[in-house]
Amino acid sequence: MKRDKLIGILLMIVAFSAMLGLGLIAVFIFLEGLPIIGKVGVWDFVFSAQWYPAEGKFGILSMIVGSLFVTAGAILIGLVFGLGCAIVLTQFCPRKLVSVIKPSIELLAGIPSVVYGFMGVLILVPVIRDYLGGPGLSVLASSIVLGIMVLPTVTSISVDALQAVPRSFYEGSIAIGATRWQTTWMVMLKGARSGIVAAFILGMGRAVGETMAVIMVAGNTISMPGSILDPVRTLTSNIALEMSYSAGDHRKALFATGVVLFIIIMILNTIALWVSRKRVWKGPRR
Amino acid sequence: MGITDNTQIDLPSNQVRFAGESGAGQPKIRVEGYHGFFDGKPVLKNISLDIHSNERLAIIGPASSGKTTFLRSLNRMTDLNHEFTHSGRILLDGLDLWDRNMDVPELRRRVGIVYAVPTPLPWSIYDNMAYGPRLAGKFKPSEIERMVEEGLKNAFLWDEVKDRLRTPATNLSGGQQQRLCLARVLALEPEVLILDEPCSGLDPISTGKIEKALEILKARYSIVLVTNNTKQAARASDRTAFFCMGELIEIGQTAQVFTYPASRKTNDYITGHFG
Amino acid sequence: MRLSPATSQKIAVTGLWTLAAVTMGVLLFIIAYVLAHGLPYVTWEFLSQSPHRMGKEGGVFPIIVGTLMVAGLGVLIAAPVGVITAVYLTEYTREGKLTAVIRFGADCLAGIPSIIFGLFGFVFFAITLGLGLSIISGALTLALMMLPTIIRTTEEAVKAVPRAYREASFGLGSTRWQMVTKVVLRSALPGIVTGIVLSIGRSISETAAVMLTAGSALGLPQSIFDPARTLALHFYIMSREGISMSKAFATAAVLILAILLINLLAYWIMRRFVAKAR
Repeated sequence: MKRDKLIGILLMIVAFSAMLGLGLIAVFIFLEGLPIIGKVGVWDFVFSAQWYPAEGKFGILSMIVGSLFVTAGAILIGLVFGLGCAIVLTQFCPRKLVSVIKPSIELLAGIPSVVYGFMGVLILVPVIRDYLGGPGLSVLASSIVLGIMVLPTVTSISVDALQAVPRSFYEGSIAIGATRWQTTWMVMLKGARSGIVAAFILGMGRAVGETMAVIMVAGNTISMPGSILDPVRTLTSNIALEMSYSAGDHRKALFATGVVLFIIIMILNTIALWVSRKRVWKGPRR
Repeated sequence: MGITDNTQIDLPSNQVRFAGESGAGQPKIRVEGYHGFFDGKPVLKNISLDIHSNERLAIIGPASSGKTTFLRSLNRMTDLNHEFTHSGRILLDGLDLWDRNMDVPELRRRVGIVYAVPTPLPWSIYDNMAYGPRLAGKFKPSEIERMVEEGLKNAFLWDEVKDRLRTPATNLSGGQQQRLCLARVLALEPEVLILDEPCSGLDPISTGKIEKALEILKARYSIVLVTNNTKQAARASDRTAFFCMGELIEIGQTAQVFTYPASRKTNDYITGHFG
Repeated sequence: MRLSPATSQKIAVTGLWTLAAVTMGVLLFIIAYVLAHGLPYVTWEFLSQSPHRMGKEGGVFPIIVGTLMVAGLGVLIAAPVGVITAVYLTEYTREGKLTAVIRFGADCLAGIPSIIFGLFGFVFFAITLGLGLSIISGALTLALMMLPTIIRTTEEAVKAVPRAYREASFGLGSTRWQMVTKVVLRSALPGIVTGIVLSIGRSISETAAVMLTAGSALGLPQSIFDPARTLALHFYIMSREGISMSKAFATAAVLILAILLINLLAYWIMRRFVAKAR
């Protein structure tokens, strides 16, 4: 019994390593990044679009805007396709086909991001350049590539949410003469809404944080994008592109970019956790 | 689990086990003013009774009368329910179950439990049987083999499974699975056997075999049998206790309880007027 | 004009199936495209030789070794920690503040972008702990990234073990630790292994974090303290710097094949053992 207690305590210590990891990440990113934000000033760092490391000018506004644009487009595509797949999988798909489609979508999540980026450069970018204009490397290309990449996240969370809706809701609705689609639209999606919101937000987190694929298709110029056909640089690509040759304040400014990214992600994560904690809609209160 | 704990507990129990009738003076288990609560709500109220060596005690009573909770208290399986709390004492050979010197795994080897639903582990018959002895960690492989065989023989299962000990236990029929669960406990050579409606889902033949096993086993163990079947209680016990709404209404010789119950409630229950 | 329920159902279902079909089409296209352009260059020489002239010639042998070492070491670190965390959460404690804190940590860790892991691994493992750009720095970083997945999949597998098994084990006199190791983990093993295999797949395809922590050296690593280049990073460098398209495609084909195999393996374990255990 005493030994069992001891084991319990040891396990508890190990179990804290995830929390410890998160804490260490936060501490070290902030330690490296905050001083330079203090030196430049929060306002100038976040709301200036002047990024000239050689002259000591570190303003990341255009990258924040770039990340937002790209993410917004990506989540739009990811949500439409991801939720569509989730609905098909849970409501309209024969069991046999589910066992093909579901692993395929999981496989989509397993394909390396660099491969997506590469395919974007080879196929998507020329198409955009030739048919829509602009350099091709653009917000649009990034959004499409990222949209495909966040699709598996959106799908799997939405599938879970839809499956968690009690079967009786479905049967009740069918029983009073609704079609399957009406039931899906009015009952199932409503029942799963908090899960779908969580999928939306976590998908956004994925898109904001993705790096390698975006570097390859976004063009990476430091300027405010005027249209979806303009090239942009995102927060993540800024870090990855310049890390290898940066030093001193420049490197610190890249960590500061990481701080901003970290804060955005933590806000999104917290919202997603808070939303999904409410779980499924359990029907009208009695 | 220090060595000292084991020796402290093993000594008196071994004396009782091998001294045969000499334990008759002291009850095997003494329950004193035992209360049980789920989330603070009382489910067992002020239970006091003795369980002697080599007797079969049946516990009967209507649904939610606390029978199962009482039974699970006897080897602290109630610990698994975090909402459960208790007051009062249950003494096994004079030592309180909640005494800090009580070694709980050892307690559960000494007071073996069989559940209402067969709970074979998803392994072979042999591995199911050998699991308990292996856990105890103090037996040689040859001893374990003997314990497995003894256990199966005592539960009248040996002849049916001796040729397929390495096949999955889940392939057995429901009645065989339940006898395996009994055999698994018997392999550990416990001192007390507690059974929670062991025949509730079984056919009459399997039930008969289990009752026959209990009849023979009483020579070696104290047996506590919770049952919903009053006929089974009348058939397969020496004494009977009647529980109702968490209270012990009466306890006495089975023949007496069934012919001249002291309480009106008992009479109503065994004649089928309520419950 | 109002559509009849039957018509609107027809339109909606057609639309949804189109979305699903496009998704599947994209997946198949990517895999087919990469394999079609890459497989012809995947020869025994490509797999067994070292790269020359920055990868323009030769093969990817040291890179395969580097990939295996980084991902393998990462999973060796992450798997025990993740499994123990999950066991602690499900078997050793009740839901409460403590578990909420641990779950919050794991959930947040799961959402952190790989580039942040890269920055952290670089400043903490490589610089602060003095491990340098090395396989061990990369592996530790990847381990941290894999941790949430392993915790979650293990937790699910452990929760699927019937309560009756636990009762049976306790009833036969097991300690909690014996119950966990001999009954719960044994029954949950296929589910746990599936999760671990999938996270190996994830770490093989990881690029940004590895780039900042394991370096991009082309030599054959001699120890875990040497820098190394992984397949995904090699592919990135080859394609981005335009060193050699054929070699880039061949690398991508190897990578995709590895991922396919890993996913199939995980799927197979899932169907073979997990479905059967129910």
